[in-house]
Amino acid sequence: MDTNGAVVSARDVHKSFGPLKVLDGIDFEVQRGEVMVIIGRSGSGKSTALRCLDRFETIDEGEIIVCGHHVSDPNIDLRALRQDVGIVFQSYNLFPHLTVEENIILAPCSVKRASKTAAKEQAKRVLAQVGLEEKLHYYPEQLSGGQQQRAAIARSLAMQPKVMLFDEVTSALDPELTGEVLKVIEALAADGMTMVMVTHEMGFAKGIADQVLFMHRGKVHESGPATILTSPTTPELAQFVGKEL
Amino acid sequence: MGGSLNANHLLFLGHGALWTIGLSLIAFAGGGIAAFIIALCRISPNRAVRIVTAGYVQLIQGTPLLVIMFLSYFGLSAIGFSISPLAAAGASLTVYVSAYLGEIWRGCIQAVPKPQWEAAEGLALTKAERMTKVILPQAIRIATPPTVGFMVQIIKNTSLASVVGFVELARAGQIINNSLFEPFLTYSVIAVIYFALCYPISRLSRRLERRSGLPRIKPVTA
Repeated sequence: MDTNGAVVSARDVHKSFGPLKVLDGIDFEVQRGEVMVIIGRSGSGKSTALRCLDRFETIDEGEIIVCGHHVSDPNIDLRALRQDVGIVFQSYNLFPHLTVEENIILAPCSVKRASKTAAKEQAKRVLAQVGLEEKLHYYPEQLSGGQQQRAAIARSLAMQPKVMLFDEVTSALDPELTGEVLKVIEALAADGMTMVMVTHEMGFAKGIADQVLFMHRGKVHESGPATILTSPTTPELAQFVGKEL
Repeated sequence: MGGSLNANHLLFLGHGALWTIGLSLIAFAGGGIAAFIIALCRISPNRAVRIVTAGYVQLIQGTPLLVIMFLSYFGLSAIGFSISPLAAAGASLTVYVSAYLGEIWRGCIQAVPKPQWEAAEGLALTKAERMTKVILPQAIRIATPPTVGFMVQIIKNTSLASVVGFVELARAGQIINNSLFEPFLTYSVIAVIYFALCYPISRLSRRLERRSGLPRIKPVTA
């Protein structure tokens, strides 16, 4: 077990896709209530790093512990891990054949064996949290992209995760819709949710991140508080955020 | 001998038509169950299972239904397993349908976007829950038009059961023609009956295809 109270810890993580080294010795820790933002160019390994935390990718070397679950252990109880970890994707991935409410209560009812009544009550609560209480009985295709993404966040929240992972959740949205999704994430952070997010929204990262990880060629090239975005120390990060050193 | 087409003949044809429907139902039910298993095996994580079922599908798809009929009726009885024409025809059609429908359904299951699996996985659903609650309901919508369309093929292919002496519509027509010697008239009546059976189903299939209303996730545009 991790002893220092970190909710997420990654130690010397290596991962290759065939000959391509995607993660080349990554270390980080996220404390309870902290928001860590991972940034970097496409192909820098940031999404892979995030996906490894929920074991959507397995790692070749190193150790990942999330909420006390040894993610790198081949015998891990995935169901237990995924009850503690919520993940939201770029393409929302709501289930199109179910209404928003059905999307939200599916996992609580089947995984946590919640009663339908209790799950529906909770669906209302999490939808209120993302400002969509009136969309309970809509199908995903009847919602805008931003609304779908907020519903997807609500669906994750209904499982009462201890940590939330966001994988470029606004990359498919126009600026206006991006704003409404980011507001929801901000509110979650203010509530003390532990979060790891991959994003291209630098302004947002500056405002919300307790910790920024800049990934470059499979390594953590530079990391630190959000201030590294305004005063980077490496030329690569400076170039990435568009600043002269 | 001779004479003209009368009510008794039509009654006999009606009886044959009922067996055509019955045999189609047997083929669809038996073949459907087998096809579902085939479809699941074709996407199994186990390589050996995938290879064996792919081989089965190739073998059956590469064999004429007529030959499967001969094999199961005459072939089996020659090596000591005598089965009735109905059993032989039912079994042959089941095998035939399983190979085709199995592939159609495999494609439909795989047509459900992969992120749907991941989203279900991320919500801690078990593999069985992911399949039954997320993937299959979507796959069924995709599969309905081609499945209904394939039923037309099944109905027409039951006519091959006549070669093992099973009296369905086509065989009933042969028998009547043997006494009437009016092939054009007799087979025209048969054709009309087949058409009457198949046409509503093709129409249904086309209608389902038009409003194949799977609410799709909008493609990611960024």
